[in-house]
Amino acid sequence: MQIPHSKRTLANGLDVIVHEDHRLPMVAVNIWYHVGSKNERPGRTGFAHLFEHLMFEGSEHHDHGYFPPLQRAGGQLNGSTNADRTNYWEVVPSGALDLALWMESDRMGYLLPALSEKKFSNQRDVVLNERRQNYENRPYGLAGMALSAAMFPPDHPYHWLTIGSADDLRAASLDQVREFFQTYYHPANASLSLAGDVDSEQAFDLAERYFGGLPAGPAVERVRAEAKLAANATLVLEDRVELPRLYISWHSPAMFASDDAELDVVADVLTHGKTSRLYKSLVYERRVATDVSAYQHSREMGGLFQIASTASAGVSLTELHTAILTAVAELGAHGPTASELERGLAQTEAQFIYRLQTVGGFGGKGDQLNAYNTFADDPGYFDRDRQRYFDVTSKAAAAAVNKWLVHAPSVSLSVVPKGRRDLALPGAEEVHVS
Amino acid sequence: MTIDRSRLPVPGADRPFHFPRIVRRTLANGLELRAVRHRSVPVVSIVLVVPGGSAVDPAEAHGLVSITAGLLDEGSRGQSALEFADRVARIGGDLDLEAGMDAVVVGLTTLDRFFETGLALVHEIVTAPNLANDDFNRIRNLRLERLKQMKDHAGALAERAYARVLYGSHPYGHLSLGSEAALTSVTLDHVRAMHAAMFAPAGSTLIVVGDRPEEQLLDVAAKMFEPWRAALSAAPIDRDAALLPPPARPAVKLGVVSRPGAAQSELRIGHVCAARSTPDYPALLILNSVLGGDFVSRLNTNLREGKGYTYGVRTGFNLRRGIGPFVMQTSVGTEVTGSAVQESHAEILAIADARPATPEEVAIAFASLSKGYPRGFETAGQVARSVAQLALHNLPDSYFEDFVPRLARITADDVSAAARQYLVPDRMTTLIVGDLDKIDGSLPGLGLGPHQLLTADL
Repeated sequence: MQIPHSKRTLANGLDVIVHEDHRLPMVAVNIWYHVGSKNERPGRTGFAHLFEHLMFEGSEHHDHGYFPPLQRAGGQLNGSTNADRTNYWEVVPSGALDLALWMESDRMGYLLPALSEKKFSNQRDVVLNERRQNYENRPYGLAGMALSAAMFPPDHPYHWLTIGSADDLRAASLDQVREFFQTYYHPANASLSLAGDVDSEQAFDLAERYFGGLPAGPAVERVRAEAKLAANATLVLEDRVELPRLYISWHSPAMFASDDAELDVVADVLTHGKTSRLYKSLVYERRVATDVSAYQHSREMGGLFQIASTASAGVSLTELHTAILTAVAELGAHGPTASELERGLAQTEAQFIYRLQTVGGFGGKGDQLNAYNTFADDPGYFDRDRQRYFDVTSKAAAAAVNKWLVHAPSVSLSVVPKGRRDLALPGAEEVHVS
Repeated sequence: MTIDRSRLPVPGADRPFHFPRIVRRTLANGLELRAVRHRSVPVVSIVLVVPGGSAVDPAEAHGLVSITAGLLDEGSRGQSALEFADRVARIGGDLDLEAGMDAVVVGLTTLDRFFETGLALVHEIVTAPNLANDDFNRIRNLRLERLKQMKDHAGALAERAYARVLYGSHPYGHLSLGSEAALTSVTLDHVRAMHAAMFAPAGSTLIVVGDRPEEQLLDVAAKMFEPWRAALSAAPIDRDAALLPPPARPAVKLGVVSRPGAAQSELRIGHVCAARSTPDYPALLILNSVLGGDFVSRLNTNLREGKGYTYGVRTGFNLRRGIGPFVMQTSVGTEVTGSAVQESHAEILAIADARPATPEEVAIAFASLSKGYPRGFETAGQVARSVAQLALHNLPDSYFEDFVPRLARITADDVSAAARQYLVPDRMTTLIVGDLDKIDGSLPGLGLGPHQLLTADL
């Protein structure tokens, strides 16, 4: 199984990947810049994402909003930033492909002349509101920040979340925008995919035409950092919530590294669906929790394996903590059953097929080609990615559980209602985030 | 190879697109079948639309329809919920039970080779759910705890309070999840009676979409669903309860739900407006696009891109079988709450009065809505959901083909007329969920009269 494609690299280093799918009269343009919040420094957090906002405010030859011409052409568009990368996409009617490429190439090549203090301060206000809406004003919204801060030392780029600190955002300056653009936004640090109703040769010609003349830009040094917990930590965060919730977090393998797929499978066995071990035990049978979730959050420099569960009214987080660690230990001792693996594979197989349904947008085929190209250095990694899950054995899953979870330190975070620190795990140390 | 950067390339002509062809069949038991052949990856989508929804909830039992729907996959034909979940997982199925205001929708997407199994699973939970006491208690408790958690969520508080102030005791005046008090009083007998009354083949529509000939899709579906019979003992329910007119004048002009220490104020501005059946639907789509439906809309351009008050603002004509609301929603910084409310009112007022939609704005909205229209038919699931909308609102099978030509006939004058008719400033209700102590001072200046404090009860 594959996303059929061809790839060429332009002389300036821009990777171009083309996938033909003519079912809809639409083309998906997707571009990844290999830069994210992990390229930031302490005191300047939140910058990569703030920068993404500025990419929609116009460039030298079209110094107006980025949305109107594309929207008028019937296009849809968006962008997003995470720790490792920033992506931008448009899905446009086939006849508007030139327009989309003109616009993408203009902001890759000519963003700075159109920048102004006014745009910058406006988008900073927008981002501060995004932060309030999605983190500060949302129940449990600050838990992720507290956990990242506890899992990684202050100088490690995964110490902060992509949204950044409000103080750093307020202190950001236009000069930093210029420097950031010059360092990271150029062809040699990007990957462009065109997926959908387009002829491959024509697509490569257009890519060359619009992007080929842009200078390659400086080589970007890969960020490298290691993180390790010295010992278990137990933390408590007060929040405006009704029910206490427990988070447990471990360091885990990087994306596509050995044990990454095993821990994905383990997360599913623990909490995916009613038949998963922890849902069945905590929510379905004992009814001590209202929800439980686990996931292997893998990134370029390393992953986090996290389990979260909200206590039913009157149930102590200690009880959840014990139950979760017991279930993890049990998986370490015996691994998933053959039946669990078989059920998981049926779902994995379907999920990979579902991923072939859309050409564009977040998670569409164009986005996947760029993800594989950027993180696995091979846009054709789809089938190998899938194969990783078919290769998981019970023994290997158990070994991964023992190595990364059972025999490794973790951070436990209790999020409790304001003034109810007594509901946290015993001995929890108070943390403050804002 | 040089590019002309002095002007934007002009898009070429649109390639023609053939919208889904719907093939119908009516079974002897009254169930309507609709099939669409969708040539794509080997995925099938099954959607059953049962009209009614939470608008049918008895006045003393808000949340009944939703919990009844929610119990469908909590055990069936004598097997446990776990056994059922296992069977869905083993076909890689994605099951979705949704109780909206107007309908209960059961959706299942799976791989083509599991089409028959998937249909059997949908059939089983709709016709033979266990509705057992232990499962009922478990699910009701989970829902009560979810309601408790919603008290922490500004958006959920706003949804709940806004439905109540706009609609009062009208069937659209409560959320489908219900309230703590109502859900506590719901019994398993209520659920069983609601299931018997609600889930009947006559009036329901089953939609099947996949890469097989339509007749084959229909044959397989017919074979599975032909034996379905309505319960003999069913007490009648009024599936048209929502067609009752809502209160024309709001009971509250300016409402506040207090959330001390909130980082933002959650806003709702709007009024009850129109039913989905209004002939002005295409004009309202364009009006909405210009006013607040798109990123480039007037409201988003002003409040986000101009003033930085918010991460984003949206409007919608949430048209339903009965009269649905027009609502603007956004979250804004606490300190700019008063100004954001004022700007919002000014934009809504202007489009219905001093600054009507220009031909240029109408052209952009039309282009955006029409040229992007095929995008909504990419996956089997999207096609099935679109056909479900036709079924729910009694729209013709030619609807998708007719959509763009109908939209193309709308002029700037039509949009202005629609704005004057459907946006009535003195009927607007403004709701703020935020830190009352901090915003209190800015409220009198809004010209909306004294504010009314609303409780956060859920």
